Amino acid sequence: MNEKYNVSSSPHIRDRIKSSSIMLMVVIGLLPATLFGIWNFRHENAWVLVVVTTAAAVLAEFIWEKLMHKPVTVNDFSAVVTGLLLALNLPPTLPWWMGVVGAVFAIIVVKQLFGGLGQNFMNPALAARCFLLICFTGRMTYFVYDGVTGPTPLADLKAGEAVNTMDMLFGFTRGTIGETSVIAIMAGAMFLILMGVIDLRIPGSYIVSFVVFITIFGGHGIDPQYITAHLCGGGLMLGAWFMATDYVTSPVTSSGKVIYGICMGLLTGLFRLFGGSAEGVSYAIIISNLLVPLIEKITLPKPFGKGGERA
Amino acid sequence: MNKCTERIFNGLVRENPTFVLMLGMCPTLAVTTSATNGIGMGLSTTAVLIMSNMLISILRKMIPDSVRMPAFIVVVASFVTIVDFLLEGFVPSLYSSLGLYIPLIVVNCIILGRAESYASKNPVLPSIFDGVGMGLGFTVGLTCIGIVRELIGAGQIFGRQVMPESYEPFTIFILAPGAFFVLACLVALQNKVKGSLAKKGKKVPKSAGCGDGCASCASRGICGGHLSASAETDKTASAETDKPVSEETDKAVSAVEDKKEQEGA
Repeated sequence: MNEKYNVSSSPHIRDRIKSSSIMLMVVIGLLPATLFGIWNFRHENAWVLVVVTTAAAVLAEFIWEKLMHKPVTVNDFSAVVTGLLLALNLPPTLPWWMGVVGAVFAIIVVKQLFGGLGQNFMNPALAARCFLLICFTGRMTYFVYDGVTGPTPLADLKAGEAVNTMDMLFGFTRGTIGETSVIAIMAGAMFLILMGVIDLRIPGSYIVSFVVFITIFGGHGIDPQYITAHLCGGGLMLGAWFMATDYVTSPVTSSGKVIYGICMGLLTGLFRLFGGSAEGVSYAIIISNLLVPLIEKITLPKPFGKGGERA
Repeated sequence: MNKCTERIFNGLVRENPTFVLMLGMCPTLAVTTSATNGIGMGLSTTAVLIMSNMLISILRKMIPDSVRMPAFIVVVASFVTIVDFLLEGFVPSLYSSLGLYIPLIVVNCIILGRAESYASKNPVLPSIFDGVGMGLGFTVGLTCIGIVRELIGAGQIFGRQVMPESYEPFTIFILAPGAFFVLACLVALQNKVKGSLAKKGKKVPKSAGCGDGCASCASRGICGGHLSASAETDKTASAETDKPVSEETDKAVSAVEDKKEQEGA
């Protein structure tokens, strides 16, 4: 009877993976899209915006936690992920100080005021993007590629014009820094799937439900060209693989993840087809973020031995 | 302090309707897109508040308790109608920018709240000054929010450009979300100021809604007289009946669980 038992509350099974290692993997997963975006928008000096926005996010977190006498959590890389994701969601021509404003809003208002990592009720990067979109609508919808201003392929698609799907797949089009290249995004996403960071349920149900919605209501029927253009255009891929899957703002239950994905798919389709602007991924994701507590409530599994069917 | 000046101080600082009592949030959030709108809304509400407080205080012995709400509404609505016509006649630009929110002053909870909790129980002169204080407090609150929102959201104050030409306005601040941001920040700021004053041991106005003693307090029924007194009685009561209560609750909980299990089976 000399053995000592370790009495503790659940969880009893622990893993060596820490928040910081997951966040580091997400950063690595974002690298292909980031590097491609910086190269693709080299004439617009996109690298400045990426570096400044990411640095501002980290600095904002550091300064806030110092001022509030909280433990400094800069080392967990979550601020890097937020800043980088925000930068990838900005048009390359945006003035750098607007990136700073967005990063500060994301970190302080959306994340720190609600209690830091794990407590934010919506994706900080997307909330900041929507904040900037409402603040500086003109700047945020001003897209340039190779020195030529024009609408994004998605806006062309909405206007009923022809789009080059191959260019959209590779990313040689107008758009925000990180959203243009589907191939670069998928390369990063494959890495995260292989490392077990991303659960396929969320992006899977998101994309499938979006395709179903577009097929039914898009007015083009089962037209592969049209559907591919919608899938490759705008922020759908970046949003589905990197932002909808954010651990903090997505449901923990497996059936909840599917419901959450379907929610986002329907909302994105609704905003893209019937909304005022051509893009709707950001709003779809942050609205679904708000639904997550409710989704978790209805999909909570029953503990063993409780409830069950009536005999 | 004189009763009348005390009422004005109370309305402006201690029970500021916007920042402390959090009353009248609907016009606060909706019309403060510019400083001019804020001050216009605040002054119209002040006018209605003073007149209705005065009339209700005069009539307080005549209004039967059971129909006091309809009576207050009739009084307030008459004054709002007058203000509505006056604004339309003399400041049409303000009238059009405030729009629907002028008739909505009728249901502004500051006015009904003051009528119910102060004017219907106090003599005429203090009631008038209570209206002046509360109205000015509301005006100051709305104007502060309006100035901040207009400055950040449009680069102007009272319609004059104050920011340099190169300033790019944060449009969100003159849209609905900006109202929430600015209100929250200003409330936090004034709590911070009051908190640091309290630390320094200065005489601080009480920030809770019951600074004026319990006699004139509207929520007396809820808090049951004095807060600390009631807490003490609670303590002694629970100490005496500690054991039986916990046993009873245990029983109740287990009974509920049993029932659930039966249902489940």
